[in-house]
Amino acid sequence: MNAISAALDGLGKAMMSYVEEMGRILLLFLSVMAWMFRPPLKARNIFKQMEFVGVKSIFVVVLTGTFTGMVMALQGYHGFRMFGAEALVGSTVALGMTRELGPVLTALMVTARAGSAMAAELGTMRVTEQIDALSVMAANPVKHLIVPRVLAGVFMVPLLTVVSDFCGILGGYFVGVHLLDINSGIFIKNITKLVDLGDIYNGLVKAACFGLILSLIGCYKGFNARGGAEGVGRATTEAVVLAAITILISDYFLTAIMF
Amino acid sequence: MIRLEDVHKSFGRQTVLDGVDLEIERGKTTVIIGRSGGGKSVLLKHIIGLMKPDSGRIFIDDVDIAQLNDRDLNEIRKKFGMLFQEAALFDSMTVGENVAFPLREHTPYREDEIRRIVSERLQAVGLTGVEEKMPAELSGGMRKRVGLARAVALNPEIVLFDEPTTGLDPVMTEAINRLIIDTQKRFQLTCVVISHDIQSIFEIGHRIAMLYEGKIIAHGSPDEIRTSANPVIAQFLSGSIEGPIKIV
Ligand SMILES: Nc1ncnc2c1ncn2[C@@H]1O[C@H](COP(=O)(O)OP(=O)(O)OP(=O)(O)O)[C@@H](O)[C@H]1O
Ligand SMILES: [Mg+2]
Repeated sequence: MNAISAALDGLGKAMMSYVEEMGRILLLFLSVMAWMFRPPLKARNIFKQMEFVGVKSIFVVVLTGTFTGMVMALQGYHGFRMFGAEALVGSTVALGMTRELGPVLTALMVTARAGSAMAAELGTMRVTEQIDALSVMAANPVKHLIVPRVLAGVFMVPLLTVVSDFCGILGGYFVGVHLLDINSGIFIKNITKLVDLGDIYNGLVKAACFGLILSLIGCYKGFNARGGAEGVGRATTEAVVLAAITILISDYFLTAIMF
Repeated sequence: MIRLEDVHKSFGRQTVLDGVDLEIERGKTTVIIGRSGGGKSVLLKHIIGLMKPDSGRIFIDDVDIAQLNDRDLNEIRKKFGMLFQEAALFDSMTVGENVAFPLREHTPYREDEIRRIVSERLQAVGLTGVEEKMPAELSGGMRKRVGLARAVALNPEIVLFDEPTTGLDPVMTEAINRLIIDTQKRFQLTCVVISHDIQSIFEIGHRIAMLYEGKIIAHGSPDEIRTSANPVIAQFLSGSIEGPIKIV
């Protein structure tokens, strides 16, 4: 009996701290919004972050997208063959990628690559007093450090998702048509028939939300890092874990709302 | 100009500032001395609003900065320049961009003017041709000097120096002291300097204040401090192990 109540107690505490943290992240979001529209915005900073978040993530996104599409085709083929419905493999891959796996996998990869880097970079700036130095020079750290990163996240994750969707479908096509001998015409026709633009758009809206989540959490954790190299390491780990969890949880609710 | 009234600050159970009263005069250099870990850097961060006191008030030109919102605090901070103890250079920017940062942020100067000011400021601290280097490629003493150049880039009214000469060789120490004295005189700056270097203290300080156990235990002219009968000050200046300051 005691063990159960202790476990529930622990769970409750964990949830409370999660909610509390989300509240603080929301406050940071509001201040990011407030500073985003206050000129001057430094285009150079924003492009630098976009390059880092977007351009430099293309390779991992291409790889994960392609192989995910390939494995979906393979799995789908074995399933659908039982009903003689191999023709649906293409549209399954395409729907799965555009609605779900494209945005989620891209966001998780970008979290691992760029979200962690944001936390580490801002964390280092915090513990070496560089953020204090910004404040002292009357330069708002939210505006200088967080706004460009959040903008980069919100714009680049959807773009990467497009790449991921495309590569996934291409990978599925390769496996389905070339390895499993599905008719190429049918494969493509079923995609165009069953996937409409709404699926893709909604996937991209999700991706933008995920981009916001991962950059905001990465920045939040780094910005509030304490205590030397160890603190920066902790902030980085926490950023990745919290962002991944939040992405997956919000994915459910976004899906429930949009589709 | 700068007035601290009964400022208290604790971190958890550790009390660092325990009722600091200090008045810093306009257009003078005030040196703050005190033992390592005694709270000098914390005191400096209170003056520029990076830390908020648990209680007490901090006036800059008769404005209590502990009560200000971010926007008003920023206005006040434009009067300040600050050199951090570890220099706190932006390590994603080159040395030149570091020194140019406050200029780009707060002045309408053109690029070539900024470049000129930057190289002038760097020259004043004995650095030439380092504009394109990254902070990580500099020695500790060089970083400190770049921090110094950045702190005075905007010709602020008030400059806070956290150990400007620690880690420099004797010649460079003297050069930096001269620089502080000269700029202070030329622009009638209000300087607050933290220093452990006894010789520098008497060279640059118009006023000297000693922080000990969270309070300012003495504040006066260099001569008053030098001849003080207070055993803590006497021990601190002579660097003796015997006396009221415990080493533990
Ligand atoms: N952000 C902080 N959080 C917790 N404790 C702190 C913080 N900043 C300073 N302290 C504590 O306050 C005390 C005073 O620190 P401070 O850096 O002001 O010393 P100092 O007088 O500048 O020493 P030094 O001459 O060695 O630079 C130290 O014991 C330090 O542990
Ligand atoms: Mg210090």
